[in-house]
Amino acid sequence: MRPVGADIGVDAGGVTGGSSGGSSGHTSGPAGPTGPAGAAGRDPRVPFGPPPLRRAGSKGEWLLAAALLIPNLVLLFLFVYRPLVDNIRLSFTDWNISSPQANYVGASNYVEWLGRADTRIVLTNTLIFTFATVVLSMVLGLALALLLDQKLRGRNIVRSMVFAPFVISGAAIGVAFQFVFDPSFGLIQDLLAKIGVASPNFYQRPGWALFMVTSTYIWKNLGYTFVIYLAALQARRGDLDEAAEIDGASRWNHFRKVLLPQLRPTTFFLSITVLLSSVQVFDIIYAMTRGGPIGNGTMTLVFQVYHETFVNQRAGYGATVATVMFLILLVVTAVQVRFMDKGARA
Amino acid sequence: MSAIARLSRTNGRAGMPSAESGIQGRGPVGKAFGYAAMVLVLLIIAVPLFWIVVTSFKRQENIYVRPAEYLPIPFHPENYSEVTSRIPFSAYFRNSVIITFFTASIKIVLGVLSAYALSLLRFPGRNLLFVVILAALMVPNQITVISNFALVAQLGWRNTFQGIIIPLCGTAFGTFLMRNQFLSLPHEIIEAARMDGAGPLKLLWRVVMPLSWPTLVAFSLITVVNEWNEYLWPFLMSDDARTAPLQVGLTFLQNNDGVTNWGPVMAGTVLTILPVLLLFLVLQRQMIKGLTSGAVKS
Repeated sequence: MRPVGADIGVDAGGVTGGSSGGSSGHTSGPAGPTGPAGAAGRDPRVPFGPPPLRRAGSKGEWLLAAALLIPNLVLLFLFVYRPLVDNIRLSFTDWNISSPQANYVGASNYVEWLGRADTRIVLTNTLIFTFATVVLSMVLGLALALLLDQKLRGRNIVRSMVFAPFVISGAAIGVAFQFVFDPSFGLIQDLLAKIGVASPNFYQRPGWALFMVTSTYIWKNLGYTFVIYLAALQARRGDLDEAAEIDGASRWNHFRKVLLPQLRPTTFFLSITVLLSSVQVFDIIYAMTRGGPIGNGTMTLVFQVYHETFVNQRAGYGATVATVMFLILLVVTAVQVRFMDKGARA
Repeated sequence: MSAIARLSRTNGRAGMPSAESGIQGRGPVGKAFGYAAMVLVLLIIAVPLFWIVVTSFKRQENIYVRPAEYLPIPFHPENYSEVTSRIPFSAYFRNSVIITFFTASIKIVLGVLSAYALSLLRFPGRNLLFVVILAALMVPNQITVISNFALVAQLGWRNTFQGIIIPLCGTAFGTFLMRNQFLSLPHEIIEAARMDGAGPLKLLWRVVMPLSWPTLVAFSLITVVNEWNEYLWPFLMSDDARTAPLQVGLTFLQNNDGVTNWGPVMAGTVLTILPVLLLFLVLQRQMIKGLTSGAVKS
């Protein structure tokens, strides 16, 4: 366990500190059109002699690039971009997922969505789940990264432990944690009983069911924000820390004025990736509650897409929910980018 | 910010290189607090996992008791034989291996080839194509699921491996990760190989790939783990043990019980978790590298 655990620290540092021998994750390196590839065509060290045989944009190279790219492009177009557009078309139909026929019904699905009683519940659930998972997993991930960045004995084992749940399948975690939360015989109720507290009914009460899936999701995915923050912490500028120390900055000021600004790009990256993945959660919710209790206690937008399309056989309405969800995501991400961009320049 | 910049100019260089960060080294109280927090974290992660494993070795009458028992006495490993015989466990496992192997292999190959074309070959529209591929990252699977389901069902590919595998094979993440890696290679080496007359494919195979092994391994590991854990698409595509992977089989198991017999279900969960967890314990270093490169400072 020990050497394995030790690897986390070494490597997270290697990736970002750039000590891993010319091989690895220098993603900070030139990554634009002005990168090495762009410059390679006009190498100043060959002033004489015949021009390099293979020049920029030679026909052979163009054909080869096409051959290398086409399979991936075709797959992405066929299974990502085509359905994205097709989904919008379906949202204007009454298709039922199995019949060969779909009738155009205008905007009636959207009108129905706006008027339906469960829309507000599903939106609220999605908002609570997403907000709680994004904020808590980022705050806790950063706190853990700060904790385990310190020189503490055994920290490598804890680092591995924190990261481990992230690689386990959400479906398996969901199934197992259903029993962890079992209000009659589960782990949580037993621990609560030991301190004399009666267990909430995680299975029957919508609020507690939402709490159950949210905390399970955070437990599973905390390792991701933790690892990313840890890598960023290990890549930070040591001289700024020293300066703050010499200056006698308080711990809080040091954190707020020295560390957080340096972590800003990481925070930005995480806020977008964690949001995207937590909005998409299906497996944990399916395994734990099937969207219930009481019909829609833990129903999120994604789950509703599945439920309307494949359970209620209303693919048209499911496509409507999916389209609405995509639009919301688009707006939120755009706002995030604007917000973080502004903050970075301020 | 400017005050800090000034500070670092005046004081920053003078100090000795300290191995410790500034937010620490605070005497015994701070240390004690640090250890206490560490133990707490360890418990929060480890106790549920321990609970899962212990339950998988309990007899049903020892599961449904209050207060709960924290050791599996009497020891009851029969849960494992029960779950493997009651559901076609080996079939699910085989399906998982098939789906993961093919999806991951195709993704890795496509990721490397696309990244190579987008980083080291020169052709018009290169950056545009890169953006087109990258933007796919922003489209959640769940939005494409309905239309993809329709397409695959129309082809008669439900309950087939190609129906599960092919729609998952396009890769934006891998292209992004490997392209960054290829662009970070010192271009003197690339140029030297070109001068020596290496064609593009030889350059990829003999020069670029050998220099990129660590990143490729990291990318491969993440892909394997992701595909092993993939749930929604295989769940929609497969109705039974012909093609359903382990994760889906596990939730079938959950379905089939009126009153869940948690012993065998937990045994099934442990068996589902174990392969990935073992892979993680052996190769966590590489796996974390794949996640962090691309995240930090980009």
